[in-house]
Amino acid sequence: AQMTVRDALNTAMNEEMKRDESVFLLGEEVAEYDGAYKVSRGLWRKYGDKRVMDTPITEMGFAGIAVGAAMAGLKPICEFMTFNFSMQAIDQVINSAAKTFYMSAGKQTVPIVFRGPNGAAAGVAAQHSQCFAAWYGHCPGLKVVSPYSSEDAKGLLKSAIRDPNPVVCMENELMYGTAFEMSDEAMSEEFLVPIGKAKIEREGTHCTLVSHSKSVGLCLEAAQILEKENIFCEVINLRTIRPMDEETLINSVKKTNHLVTVEGGWPQFGVGAEIVAKVMESDAFDYLDSPVYRVTGADIPMPYAATLERATLPGTQDVVLTVKKSLHIQ
Amino acid sequence: IVDEATFTTNEYALHKLDEGPSQTVTVTRDDALKYYRQMQTIRRMETAAGNLYKSKVIRGFCHLYSGQEACAVGMEAALTPDDHVITAYRAHGWTYTRGVPPVNILAELTGRKTGCAKGKGGSMHMYGKNFYGGNGIVGAQVPLGAGIALALKYTGSNNVCVALYGDGAANQGQVFETYNMAKLWDLPVIFVCENNGYGMGTAVERASASTDYYTRGDYVPGIRADGMDVLAVREATRFAAEWCRSGKGPMLLEVATYRYHGHSMSDPGTTYRPREEIQEMRKTRDPITGLREKLISANIATAEEMKQIDLDVRAEIDKAVEQAKTDPELPVEEMYTDIFVDEPPFKVRGTNPFMYGMSK
Repeated sequence: AQMTVRDALNTAMNEEMKRDESVFLLGEEVAEYDGAYKVSRGLWRKYGDKRVMDTPITEMGFAGIAVGAAMAGLKPICEFMTFNFSMQAIDQVINSAAKTFYMSAGKQTVPIVFRGPNGAAAGVAAQHSQCFAAWYGHCPGLKVVSPYSSEDAKGLLKSAIRDPNPVVCMENELMYGTAFEMSDEAMSEEFLVPIGKAKIEREGTHCTLVSHSKSVGLCLEAAQILEKENIFCEVINLRTIRPMDEETLINSVKKTNHLVTVEGGWPQFGVGAEIVAKVMESDAFDYLDSPVYRVTGADIPMPYAATLERATLPGTQDVVLTVKKSLHIQ
Repeated sequence: IVDEATFTTNEYALHKLDEGPSQTVTVTRDDALKYYRQMQTIRRMETAAGNLYKSKVIRGFCHLYSGQEACAVGMEAALTPDDHVITAYRAHGWTYTRGVPPVNILAELTGRKTGCAKGKGGSMHMYGKNFYGGNGIVGAQVPLGAGIALALKYTGSNNVCVALYGDGAANQGQVFETYNMAKLWDLPVIFVCENNGYGMGTAVERASASTDYYTRGDYVPGIRADGMDVLAVREATRFAAEWCRSGKGPMLLEVATYRYHGHSMSDPGTTYRPREEIQEMRKTRDPITGLREKLISANIATAEEMKQIDLDVRAEIDKAVEQAKTDPELPVEEMYTDIFVDEPPFKVRGTNPFMYGMSK
């Protein structure tokens, strides 16, 4: 069956709310309005005011309230209308949610999910178009997942809700309406995607492409184009930013001897930068036949104008070009 | 010697309330002596912490509660252990009244494995049963406290959450965000502003356009009580807790108190306020001396009894100090633990690419 990412996320929340009375959703416009991006459509009508709570536009306050509720034993899903607005609340995410289990030496747990759209949107300029994977991926104590497909979205969000630790689930605004094939297994209520495990979307032998979220699609497109030139790329969908599945990365690099990372976020201290460092420090380094390259968003705040915006974000041609550079093909 | 006595508290100030807590308060001999012992224990423990800090056994931040003892002890007297508490960085006193023995508090301050957070939290991050810290970010614990109250309401509990903050934190934006949601959703939370007159080194008048903190919840009713009188604090808290338990939503309680030490150990506390002010407070408004005099004059306890309590407390704290000084720190391997709950062991990177620890 086909299912959009939006419906996959909605199904995940619905199933987990049905399964566990302590799971509830709060955020701006999540209830009566059905969610700013309609991800929570129908949940308020089904579960009522107690379990689907509209909040005022006060990110720091409601993020803190959600964390407090988690400390006291509930399992909140705290929706940020977009992760751009989570900056208002990042103190509560990092200082209250991520660090408390460690600071309390294991006395105090914080089973919470922060979720919402992340990454570049379309035509909304710098304050509303940004990837936060590196920001949250930086902090120990958090788990950070970044689904690409509907299967990822459903399975990762369900795992996130069941996880007794704080999890940041970064969806992609531009992917909500994209439909993917869902296996029978993925349609099941017990379907989970394990946090911390990457998925090899496509096997290949010449070059490894590592990516997350929407950029996985770029990699798959690029791999298809390159296949026509008899260049076979292995495409890894990270699925989880933290803890990162180093094993899958390293094994792939050992097989292909070439690595290109692809992401929508900024280059400096980005997800790709971390992958490069991890490979450098691992025995996969000895298997590399060329330097690792990063394909990233341009190192600028997102411009508004369409031409500039297009040029700011990585495209398939950037991936194709970089793979060829890695393989020393003109 | 009588079994109980009745006293009259100073007046309360009320906001959006037709009537407030009773000014006539009765206390039993057992309770009175318990409050005295608890306040004296906090005072002694904080003095010990100050000394350990000066001898460099305690590191980093260390915010002492001396002078404010009646707030924690008075509020606890009106709460049950099933009620919930979250406070700010001045957390030692509350950690004690929530049930953590002084030795485990002092050992946390000295960073030892017998500390209540095994030395991973330190002065500002101590936790206990239904006690959520200890939060080092000014104001952050206020929404957390409302969230705890949300969970209490969600699960149908009749308990309340006390969310404490100082007069400095009272100006944080997230505090006002929380007043709004707490009232909107009628959460059983008592917002407690421990107004000790200074946010770090800034007097309240220099930081707050209105220093009537009990009114600053606007639509949230409020009370100001004498925070140096344990019985007034108890009575005001009882009133606020009943209000919350009856489903009327949040209440704001301002307790007018004073801290004797500086903001933290790096602040002598004398540049922004006259020494005479501190001396005057100690002489005329001290919560412990005040209670002692009350109890003696009402014939509810003798000076000798209280002297004995002082000696017992001193012995207990002296012993705790010795242990806090000599207990070992957590072995280095354990720095990698307590990152995630319920997780199979995983490798955690150390300080170089060749050094890894296991999470368990």
